[in-house]
Amino acid sequence: MKKRVLLSAMALTFGLALTACGNAGSDKAADSGSKAETEAAAKVDGDVFTIGTTGPLTGSAASYGNSVKNGATIAIDEINAAGGVKVGDKTYKLALNFQDDEAKEDKAVNAYNNLMDSGINVFMGSVTSGSSLALTDLTAKDNILQITPSGSAKAITENPNVFRLCFTDPLQGKMIADFVVDQGYESVAVLYNNSDEYSTGVYEAFKEELNTAGKSDLLVNEQSFTNDDVDFTTQLTQIKASGAKLIFVPGYYEAAAYIVQQAKQQGIDAAFVGSDGWDGVLGQVTDPSAVEGAVFLSPFLASDPSAADFTKAYETAYKATPDQFAADGYDTVHVIKAAMEKAGSIESDDLIKAMTEIEVNGITGKVSFNADGEPNKEPKFVTITNGEYKLFD
Amino acid sequence: MLINFIEQLINGLRTGSIYALIAIGYTMVYGIAKMINFAHGDIIMVGAYALYFSISVLGLPVPVALLLTVIVCSVLGVLIEKIAYKPLRKAQPLAVLITAIGMSFFLQSSSLLIFGSTPIPFQSVIPNENIKVGPVIISSITLVTLVVTAVAMILLTLFINKTKMGSAMRAVSEDKGAAELMGINVNSTISMTFAIGSALAAVAGILYISQYQSMKPTLGALPGIKAFVAAVLGGIGSIPGAMLGGILLGLIESVSKAYISTELADAIVFGVLIVVLLFRPSGLLGKKKIVKV
Repeated sequence: MKKRVLLSAMALTFGLALTACGNAGSDKAADSGSKAETEAAAKVDGDVFTIGTTGPLTGSAASYGNSVKNGATIAIDEINAAGGVKVGDKTYKLALNFQDDEAKEDKAVNAYNNLMDSGINVFMGSVTSGSSLALTDLTAKDNILQITPSGSAKAITENPNVFRLCFTDPLQGKMIADFVVDQGYESVAVLYNNSDEYSTGVYEAFKEELNTAGKSDLLVNEQSFTNDDVDFTTQLTQIKASGAKLIFVPGYYEAAAYIVQQAKQQGIDAAFVGSDGWDGVLGQVTDPSAVEGAVFLSPFLASDPSAADFTKAYETAYKATPDQFAADGYDTVHVIKAAMEKAGSIESDDLIKAMTEIEVNGITGKVSFNADGEPNKEPKFVTITNGEYKLFD
Repeated sequence: MLINFIEQLINGLRTGSIYALIAIGYTMVYGIAKMINFAHGDIIMVGAYALYFSISVLGLPVPVALLLTVIVCSVLGVLIEKIAYKPLRKAQPLAVLITAIGMSFFLQSSSLLIFGSTPIPFQSVIPNENIKVGPVIISSITLVTLVVTAVAMILLTLFINKTKMGSAMRAVSEDKGAAELMGINVNSTISMTFAIGSALAAVAGILYISQYQSMKPTLGALPGIKAFVAAVLGGIGSIPGAMLGGILLGLIESVSKAYISTELADAIVFGVLIVVLLFRPSGLLGKKKIVKV
């Protein structure tokens, strides 16, 4: 009897501990990667300008970090091959020091400290929103220019030294809401991750924009999930019962892949619309027909003629098609180059001041920055047709 | 509304039956070896990867791959018992428990080393069709899951109640010492228990991967814990209890997610567990045992 009570208590403790820490299960994953990622920063001769970055190279968001790293590496190689960056009367070669943070805040702080110890001139990071947020106060204290290629949480750019290249979460939600209204969908259901800042941020702005546009009756069902969920059938069954013609899933491609496949299994024929985290979803689905016709916001499309050179270089170097994170990484390096040239110095204060004075015609569009650290650029929508990404028009 | 409710019940039955398959493994091992095999959840993961490996890497035909997956898991289960648990049979329960947790980490880390942490998409071995029963749509994978689980449970019940090996298992779980005196080979009975439990976990792994079509080294952790809770809910040591507990857990989870709140679903599941244990400390179908001093 006593033994059984003890066992029951154990069952409860274990169970509760597990639910409480959601994604603790993957914590053990891949400590091995981080050491190997300390790039040889000092292999180029002469004056070197080092770009430090943290991002996930392992773990469930690894695809983002690797893409940013690859895209940035291509930009750096191009710039160095063309002679480097002229700053005043000096010429600098660029170098990249990319540290793995597994998209975890604590790892990001350690990685950033390592970067600062090894000496960096600008911080290009972080790749994910959570890690970026964890570092903004540190970069402000160290007074170093921080540009996140892909961290989209609104609060990242609050400090004056922080800029971003991608769209913010609220801006994305707003643009997607406008898109839904413009396309004339009769009803839309939302399935968002309520334990993720990015997903929630996009969802809230989406809802707000629908209200502002006087179209709040379009939103017929709202369902949520949490990190590491793999089963969405319950939520999808509810959405199915609501009769929504469109399902909006703000979030990352991993969850999106589960959701579209399970929707197909349940015979749901509603269309899907997603936020920019959907980029890469084709690589995670076993049956591309499950995502056929889905539309998502993305600043970049590899098959776009304006990005042909970059896409070719990327495919040659990495045997993969570049995604928007690769493009963000590539463009951010060019933004840094433009800022260095404009500033005529590599002092952080001058670089930060130069950021609002530059305009870069990148592969994610023409971009300039305002004093709040936000980019000005046009959105693109991408759709999946015949198992391929196409520009939506 | 009613159709929606029926569909939610089917969703619950599907997850519940996978929990039940895993819970049986926990409960059988507890019944016989009086230990909680925390590595049991990771056998599901091994099953999923074994299936992936035999189909995508070795290129075996599906029936052979399925069989191989079940064999790999059974052998692994027996090996784990022989190597890690058997030397500790006379040790304190705590030592065995820690070993089991260590074994769980070992399995996860090994698969992390071999396959990496990036999720691997894997096409379901069950063709995806939607079957219409009146207005209710059931996916082929759900149907297969329900049928396979039902068949597995019936076979297991027959095996335990009708065969000689089954009687030996019941005898060992009743009283190890006395069973040994009656000429039952306790070691081989324990091995048999681990083999059957792991084979069921392999089946759960196959069903899991067919449903979710993506695998990572930690995939077994959460279903493992849920199944353990299901085993305790049903009464640990009792096989019908594990089946009942698993299916109840799946149903409660699905219904509370659908009609109450996604965030509260887990809290409700554990709330039910607390209430059940308050009134029936040995679980729903667990036997009350009087321990003599």
